[in-house]
Parts: sequence; C-alpha cells; structure tokens
Amino acid sequence: MISANLSAIFYLVSGVLFILALRGLSSPETSRQGNLFGILGMIIAVTVTFLSIGTFSSGFIFVIIFIMVGGSIGAYIAYKIPMTAMPELVAGFHSLVGLAAVFVAISAFLNPIAFNLGSPGNIKLGSLIEMSIGAAVGAITFSGSVIAFLKLQGIMSGSPITFKGQHPLNALILISIVILIYLLCSTQSSNLFWILLVVSFLIGFLLIIPIGGADMPVVISMLNSYSGWAAAGIGFTLENTALIITGALVGSSGAILSYIMCKGMNRSFFNVILGGFGATDDVSSKSSKEQRPVKSGNADDAAFLMKNASSVIIVPGYGMAVAQAQHALREMVDTLKKNDIKVSYAIHPVAGRMPGHMNVLLAEANVPYDEVFELEEINNDFANADVAFVIGANDVTNPVAKTDPQSPIYGMPVLDVEKCKSVLFVKRSLSPGYAGIDNDLFYKENTLMLFADAKKMTEDITKNL
Amino acid sequence: MEIDPLIFRLSIFILSIFVGYYVVWSVTPSLHTPLMSVTNAISSVIIVGAIIAGLSGDSESVFNTSSLFGFVAIALAAINIFGGFLVTQRMLAMYKKKKKEK
Repeated sequence: MISANLSAIFYLVSGVLFILALRGLSSPETSRQGNLFGILGMIIAVTVTFLSIGTFSSGFIFVIIFIMVGGSIGAYIAYKIPMTAMPELVAGFHSLVGLAAVFVAISAFLNPIAFNLGSPGNIKLGSLIEMSIGAAVGAITFSGSVIAFLKLQGIMSGSPITFKGQHPLNALILISIVILIYLLCSTQSSNLFWILLVVSFLIGFLLIIPIGGADMPVVISMLNSYSGWAAAGIGFTLENTALIITGALVGSSGAILSYIMCKGMNRSFFNVILGGFGATDDVSSKSSKEQRPVKSGNADDAAFLMKNASSVIIVPGYGMAVAQAQHALREMVDTLKKNDIKVSYAIHPVAGRMPGHMNVLLAEANVPYDEVFELEEINNDFANADVAFVIGANDVTNPVAKTDPQSPIYGMPVLDVEKCKSVLFVKRSLSPGYAGIDNDLFYKENTLMLFADAKKMTEDITKNL
Repeated sequence: MEIDPLIFRLSIFILSIFVGYYVVWSVTPSLHTPLMSVTNAISSVIIVGAIIAGLSGDSESVFNTSSLFGFVAIALAAINIFGGFLVTQRMLAMYKKKKKEK
C-alpha cells in the first residue's frame, strides 16, 4: 500500500507522459517515441492504482482476467483492421470510452463508499455533480459514436435523417438533462440517475442521425472531444490527476480537430451539428442543367498524357479508400518516377472520412511522407504542373467554390486543380459529389474523364506506361 | 481559510486544456489519424476508476452489482488501451521518409 500523496504524484507523472505522447506527434520521427511515452504513462497509472488499493483480495485475479480478455480483443482488432477502416475503428473506440465512463459512474453511484464519496443516498454534492456530468457526457459519446460507426460502416445509410421539429426536440432534451442533473443532486434519487442515463443515450443518438456521411470528419473529432470531457468528469469524481489531465488534453484535441475540419469545409460548427447537409433537396440543380459534353478517355490516353508530362500532382479522395487503390496508385507513381517525372500528392483537409485519413493510406502504401503535401503547401504548384490526377476526390476540387456565391460550398478552400495543363479524373460516373452539386471541372476543355473503378484504372494505366 | 482541494483540481484541469490546445496545434496534419487513435488510448486511463469499482466488493463476495459494472468497464477500457496503442504503433511504423535517391 502506498500513500495517497505518493500515488497522486505518480498519477501526475503519467499525466505528463500523456502530454509528451501527444507532443511527439509534431513530427513522424518523434511520434513513435511519443507513443512509447503514452504506453509508459498507462502502465504507471494502472500499477499505482493496484498499489494504492493494497490488499490483494481474490478480486485482483478477476481484474487481471478482464484486462487480459479486453486486451487480447483490442490487440487482435489492432492487428487485423485494414487501414481503410480506421474511421470506423476510431468511432468504435470512442463508444467504448463513453460506455466505460458510464459504467464507472454507475458503479460509483451504487457503491460510493468504495470510492470514498459518502454513502448511498448521501453522496457528497460536488462528487454527485461531477459524476452525473461524466455519466451524461459518456452516454452521449457512446450512443453518438455507435451511430457514427454504423454510418461509416454502411450498416446505416450515410444520408442525413431529418424530421420536423428535430431541433426543438433536441433542445428540449438538452434542457431536461440539465434539470435532471439539478434534481438528482438535490434528491439523490437513483431513479433520476437512471432516467438521466436513458435521456443522455437518446440525445447522443438524435444528435448524430441528422449529420451526413461527408461531415463524418467533424463528427468523429467532436465525439473524440466528448470522450475526453467524459473522462475528465469521472476524473474529478475520483480525484484523479491523471484522468483530469488526460480528459482535458483529449477534450481540447478533439475540439481543435473539429475546428480544423469545419474550416476545411468553410462551415460553422453549428451548421454541421444542426445537420441535414447534402440531403436530397438538390433535385432542382440537377434537372435544370442540360447535358453538357464531357471528354472521356481510357487508360491508354491517360498513360500517354502522363508519359509526356514532367510533373504530376495526385489528388486522392475518399473514393481511393473505397476502391483500396492506394497500392496500385503507388505502383503507378513508381513507374512515372522511373521515367523521371516529378510526382507529388495534394491532400485536402477534409479528404476522406476522418482527419488525416488519406495520409495514413498513402503511408500504408509506402509513399514517403515528404512527397505528401497539405493544401496550402501545394496549391500554388498546380499552375506549373502538367497533369493533375484526381482519384476519388470531387467536391474538394470544384472551382465553383471560388466563383459562385450561390453554391453551397462557396468559400470552401479547394485545390486549384483546374490550373493544371490537363486534368485526369478517375471516377465511376458523372454523379455529383457529397455536397450534391455538379463539378464544373468535368466539362473543362482540358479535363479527361476516366470512368472506371479507381483501382482497376490505375492498374491499367501502369500497364500502358 | 483553507482552499477546497476541488479548486486545485480545477486549476489542473484548466491549465491542461491550455497545454492540450498548444500541443495539439503543433501536431502535423498528416498525423491527425494517429492523434485520434492515441487520444483514444490515453482517455482509457479511465480504467483506474474501473479497477477501483471492480475491487469494491468485500472479501466474501467479489461480485456485486457495483463491481460487475466495474469489471465490464475494465474489459472495455482494456480493449481501447491495447487496441489504441497498438494500432497507433502500427500506423506510425508506416510513415517513412523518402529513401536517398539512388
């Protein structure tokens, strides 16, 4: 048994190690070391918890068993999961953090003596407030993440689900959560605690269903943030420094990522949260447009264009992930490089379904990270490049965002693909992108559409090079 | 008058938000996916609460309603800890620099 002060110091140490873990991610070279700091912090936190409880009862065996069961499931998933499924995995993990927070709160509510928080029906007021906030946020994180997971996995349709009176209903429920917490704290009634949990689960569900698939980067970041605040709430209840520090770190991390994603789409956070974007009210814009001619080509034409280019910029998007085309793409680029063609990759902040999604996929395909550039770094280079190879991206290249103030994506930062001498567009059809709008780029003089599956087309081009 | 310990925890919390703010802005955008998976893993330090909950039973009966919730929470957090750190490790191992030209 170690003293409470000593264990508090160790918790502080593990909190600092977690800060260093995030700090390491400032560059790929230091990131692996950062991850080790994180693991070390976790080992310290768990060990200190064991030591501070002290008496080695038979319960310890069960703790170890449950850690091992959970750990092997986690390890198995971590090794098996394909990189294209990272958004789903992260959403799934968020839901587990949320649920764990709820369970810890329930356990503390049922048995406050074990946590040193008073006795059942007479829990310290401060602890009860912290506990109920932690539980409510945890429940929202859980059900919200489950919906996000189902949408990403395709089990649930990615299109927004909206109904009349949705926003007033949500507002009403959020207000009722505040009232419930207030009543719970004044009456200590366990019934109110359960109602609070049910209502929180419900609002998590209702908050996410109106948000469409392309807004998932924001949703995942937001739920990331929530899971942090839930952990912090529980950290206050348990008076645990490691948990408070971590909760604050994760909470602000998720908030910043949400902000970056919103900025990448030029939309306000509230606009995303209120949802309904990309719903089917775009019928008018589609039908009013007459069929405009497009130039379409085959792998041979594309290979010819690229062979005669001296620099090529590749613009990957979600379609590349869906088609699992990243490896085929790398092989194509290898062939191009052998012909002394300069190749770089341009990544839009919201390409894919989560922040940094494209970067991970390219890294998986052994693309060196110093060939991959962010929007601001590379946007001026399009004017000097010969060929832009757009694979599975759409809205993020649409010049309409710069020219038409009526467009729903007006003002969104886009890649200046149209400035290239020629544009190759790998796409399955002319269908509009997620924002539901037509891409002017398809009809430009210098655009060649390649209608095919991204992976197959890329392989064919490689053969023709 | 003595200061409530809650104020100290609140101070830690507020300062950590600022630390988080500056640290996360310095994370390179290409590592945003590993950032999410590692924050996932570290927020599962909530396992310390789950362990206390799991061990809340007395010597005669290890299991009661409260400790059962704790044990399940332990398993959930453990999935996240192992899964989160390992998948982050796996991703980070893939980020490579350009090999020296020929």
